[in-house]
Amino acid sequence: MLVRYLSQIGKYFLMLKEVFNKPTKWSVMRGLIFKEIDDLVIDSLGIVAFISFFVGGVVAIQTALNLTNPLIPKYLIGFATRQSVILEFAPTFISIIMAGKMGSFITSSIGTMRVTEQIDALEVMGVNSLNYLVFPKIIALLLYPFVIGIAMFLGILGGWMAGVYGGFTSSVEFIQGIQTEFIPFHIAYAFIKTIMFALILATIPSFHGYYMKGGALEVGKASTVAFVWTSVIIILVNYILTQLLLTN
Amino acid sequence: MIEVKNVEKSFGESKVLKGITTTFETGKTNLIIGQSGSGKTVLLKSLLGIFTPDVGTISFDGRIYSDLTSDEKRELRTEIGMVFQGSALFDSMTVEENVGFPLKMFTTKSAAEIRDRVNVVIQRVNLVDANHKKPSEISGGMQKRVAIARAIVNNPKYLFCDEPNSGLDPKTAIVIDNLIMEITQEYNITTVINTHDMNSVMEIGEKIIFLKNGILAWEGTKKDIFKTDNEAIVDFVYSSNLFKKIRKAQNKDL
Repeated sequence: MLVRYLSQIGKYFLMLKEVFNKPTKWSVMRGLIFKEIDDLVIDSLGIVAFISFFVGGVVAIQTALNLTNPLIPKYLIGFATRQSVILEFAPTFISIIMAGKMGSFITSSIGTMRVTEQIDALEVMGVNSLNYLVFPKIIALLLYPFVIGIAMFLGILGGWMAGVYGGFTSSVEFIQGIQTEFIPFHIAYAFIKTIMFALILATIPSFHGYYMKGGALEVGKASTVAFVWTSVIIILVNYILTQLLLTN
Repeated sequence: MIEVKNVEKSFGESKVLKGITTTFETGKTNLIIGQSGSGKTVLLKSLLGIFTPDVGTISFDGRIYSDLTSDEKRELRTEIGMVFQGSALFDSMTVEENVGFPLKMFTTKSAAEIRDRVNVVIQRVNLVDANHKKPSEISGGMQKRVAIARAIVNNPKYLFCDEPNSGLDPKTAIVIDNLIMEITQEYNITTVINTHDMNSVMEIGEKIIFLKNGILAWEGTKKDIFKTDNEAIVDFVYSSNLFKKIRKAQNKDL
């Protein structure tokens, strides 16, 4: 079991090495990158915006409902919303959701290419299939921090709207909370995590799709396995980065 | 010309190819035939460089594949056209984009030049009104034609076809067979076809090699099949009653 896991990890890093080998012609690669930006980033904006807005709202409401002691200032609603959204919800929670959305799309599209011999066709033609298929995804996901930036903004906006229009706090108090004890490094920490998660989101599902064996049923199984492993690695990397970056 | 010398290939304990030595001639349709599990797909994949033989050499017009550097191997692969069993067309591209793909990847031709060349080969394989359709929108026979067009668009020296007739009706299968043979002669390509379709063998088998249990059990032309006394090939070919009757009639004529 352990040997199998180690062998898979080794195979994953060898895959990464091959991704950056023998680059595809730039005129072709440019088109592939734009296509991946459209498929992976632009197509994810709707669901990210929807989830962020409403979860931000829920965080604000739940914080407000738990502030039963009148001595605790109302601006804590804005403060808690900001901290939850920026530190965890936007970078980590959204990345887990993207492991399902983007990850299953990546695994199933590459897996289907494997099953239907399209990857063999690329290799026989002399194309480095890993560079052709995975590299544009990695480059496209360099824009992933922008998605998370939007998630942060909409999460806090959702919190403000739920807090103010739900009658839990005033706009002034909420904004005061957002500004209270603001540590700019928390934004940097969130984006460092996001970049790592983007790399994970692009490569682990690709690995599971590229090396899958079997037919259509196995494509489905590979997508599920890819989602599980992408989520597990995101959670582990999140823990390690938090330990490294936020503790003294 | 492709020369195969003493090629052996094993997977674990199982020896799939046992010392294959043969030649695939230029300008001819060379067929690899044999029962399922006889090693023909492994031989074809070894020719394509997907599998590396454990023993023996494969040379393409004097260039021994295993001696080439990885850059030279990639260069050689650009001289190869391949028609896959399931066509292996790129789903996300139109017919025109699929056919033009090797040109876009490996040549410095302008978009207009690529379009012109693509139109020439699309016409050559008799595809009509399909340029802007996706592979899922055309029939299996048309997909095979697109696969052939893609395989020949970059003027390959070597054309490999894996079961080009699978899933096609007999009439379309003959059309595809003849198309491959015409293209082979027209462009003077070394064509290697992996098949177990006896209609193809009788239609276009200019050179046939028969594999049985990983051994080259027989080689010859389609005419030789009717005369041979080799038990292995006779058993394989005349497993169909139709061909038994043809052989009987042929022998009567002789």
